[in-house]
Amino acid sequence: MIRLIDYLRERIKAVILACYILLAFIVTFAAMVDRSHAHTSVERDIPFFWSLFGFVAAAVIIGVAYWYGRSGIQARTNYYDCPLKDDCTSSDS
Amino acid sequence: MSAHFVHPALVMIIGALLVPFVRGPLRKPFLFIVPLVALGAVVSNSFLSGEFATFQFMDWQLVFGRIDKLTTVFAYIMALMAVIGSLYGLHVDNAGEHMAAWLYVAGSLGTIYAGDYLTVFLFWEMMAFASVFLIWARRGPRSPAVGYRYLVIHTIGGVILLAGIMLRYQAVGDLAFNLLDVKNPELYTWLIMAGFALSAAVVPMHSWLPDAYSEASFNGAVFMCAFTTKTAVYALARSCAGMDILVLLGVAMALYGVIYAVMENDIRKLLAWSIVSQVGYMVAGIGIGTEMAINGACAHAVVHILYKSLLFMGTGSVLYMTGKTKFTELGGLYKKMPGTFFFTLVGCLSISAAPFFAAYISKSMIITAGFESHLNWASWLLMFGATGTFMYNGLKLPYFLFFGKNNCSPETWEKAEDPTWNMMTAMALGAAFCIMVGSAPGFLYSLLPYPVEYNPFTLYHLAETLQLMGFAALAFFLLKKYLQPVDRICLDMDWFYRMAGRLFLWIAKNPIQWFDTAWGEVYRVVGLGTLMSTAKFWSWFDWNAIDGVVDGIARSVRGIGGKVRLLQSGQIQVTIFYAASFAAIVLVSYILFQLS
Repeated sequence: MIRLIDYLRERIKAVILACYILLAFIVTFAAMVDRSHAHTSVERDIPFFWSLFGFVAAAVIIGVAYWYGRSGIQARTNYYDCPLKDDCTSSDS
Repeated sequence: MSAHFVHPALVMIIGALLVPFVRGPLRKPFLFIVPLVALGAVVSNSFLSGEFATFQFMDWQLVFGRIDKLTTVFAYIMALMAVIGSLYGLHVDNAGEHMAAWLYVAGSLGTIYAGDYLTVFLFWEMMAFASVFLIWARRGPRSPAVGYRYLVIHTIGGVILLAGIMLRYQAVGDLAFNLLDVKNPELYTWLIMAGFALSAAVVPMHSWLPDAYSEASFNGAVFMCAFTTKTAVYALARSCAGMDILVLLGVAMALYGVIYAVMENDIRKLLAWSIVSQVGYMVAGIGIGTEMAINGACAHAVVHILYKSLLFMGTGSVLYMTGKTKFTELGGLYKKMPGTFFFTLVGCLSISAAPFFAAYISKSMIITAGFESHLNWASWLLMFGATGTFMYNGLKLPYFLFFGKNNCSPETWEKAEDPTWNMMTAMALGAAFCIMVGSAPGFLYSLLPYPVEYNPFTLYHLAETLQLMGFAALAFFLLKKYLQPVDRICLDMDWFYRMAGRLFLWIAKNPIQWFDTAWGEVYRVVGLGTLMSTAKFWSWFDWNAIDGVVDGIARSVRGIGGKVRLLQSGQIQVTIFYAASFAAIVLVSYILFQLS
């Protein structure tokens, strides 16, 4: 397995290309599937709805987490040992 | 106890009490056999239905063995988890840790089989008090504080639950552990729900979970990730199914956990956040309350225990071998721990609801139940959360832990390798169950409380899932520079009570200490000074007045004695002379007095 992974990592461009082809295949497959079992009309009416949903949801989550973390939620690892930075004898900021 | 009913909790308790006495080569077989016997008891009990092991205690009838389909499905997975967890920690040479783990399992099984609230409370507290030792077993520098925080929070939860139980008993005169009237909730309904919800890590009462599970021993975390929250899910399903607020709380959990897991740097804390998120799906399902939703919640609890324990076993192996848990101190481990990587990957695909992996057959059941109950907002948000789950658990965890930048120090890299045979076997077993249940869910579906009319293997579901995963993965690789782990901690709701504790200490150390010091000074200056002055006065008075009088009399007596002493020469003729003279004077004086 290690050799297989190393083999693929050495050919990363080919792997990326294969992934894009796989995405195209998934989209094609989704277009062919009967959407009458969809939960809502949005899924039926918007083509490739779940592709769009997946991409946008992931991007929004990454953006919100990045913003939230940088807004002060992510703190020094010794924050609870010395909330005031000046109290710390050794800072890891 | 009934002739047919064997309580698996009793098996685990007896086993736990015997662990210290079973040593040497017998220890490992014993550690494996006892959970197997408990699993056998669960299987045997699954053929029964009704109430068993009932005892009269004062005015109450305690039911230790209520068996129905809801009981059976949870008992099955808890007992199976006890087997897998014990196998994983087979080589741990700490009898206390095994005892704690088994008493913890017994608490969970006891709660699941309980038919009345007093028995529930008994086993509920057993779970809390046994599990804290799995945190302390790590013996890290932060373990004592984390353990005490965990214990305090769960004690508060237990008190809330007990208050609800007492109020309910006062109101309805009944201790039966059944569905509450959730459409007309009373104060006791809210209290009982809150008591269970705290242990289910419902936001905002969730902070104990990432705090505790990331600090537990490598083996303890495998048990902890399975039992507390899922026993609480069982209790909520039993008592609060259909309670509307649980939908909102469940959705909040699903999303809140995702955001924190995306930010997290510690691999086991990431998984702990993932529990908050995944239990959110179950809580939402219980809140929706339809047959499909309850089935979905139960099925998701079962598969969640399987894949989450597998993930905790994978990350626990990393901790056990390297001593590290941070992305910023790890990376590129597929070369050194290929077996662990493979099994962890199965766990990652299972939690991500990848086709034919565990959560594929359960998560969509809850979401579909939401759509069918016209709770579209909830189902959309749960789908949104599911995308996040794939991103942090299906992509971020394996990528930054096993691939990505290698942040290992030379010592860490040197130590990294696949763990012991029993740990690998336990992971293999967990991975096999994840694939089996995801590919052939028939047996699981047959265990669910209601008949299942749901088929996860439709082409639409497959297309939906592949699109979600494929394009979420695309977003991940395009934006992964924003997901680079940083060596930071994430502040959460525990900030409030940690800071409240710190404020309490500050108040004790500063204003209260200052007042105490000032009061001491006042006492010294005013009280003690006055006392000393008074004492000095009385000393003077004693010396000069009392002693003056007494000493004056004494001095006078002594003076008179001295004078009298001069009269006493010791010669008889002088004494007779003085006596005769004195008598003559007295006689003459008397005669003169009579004559006048």
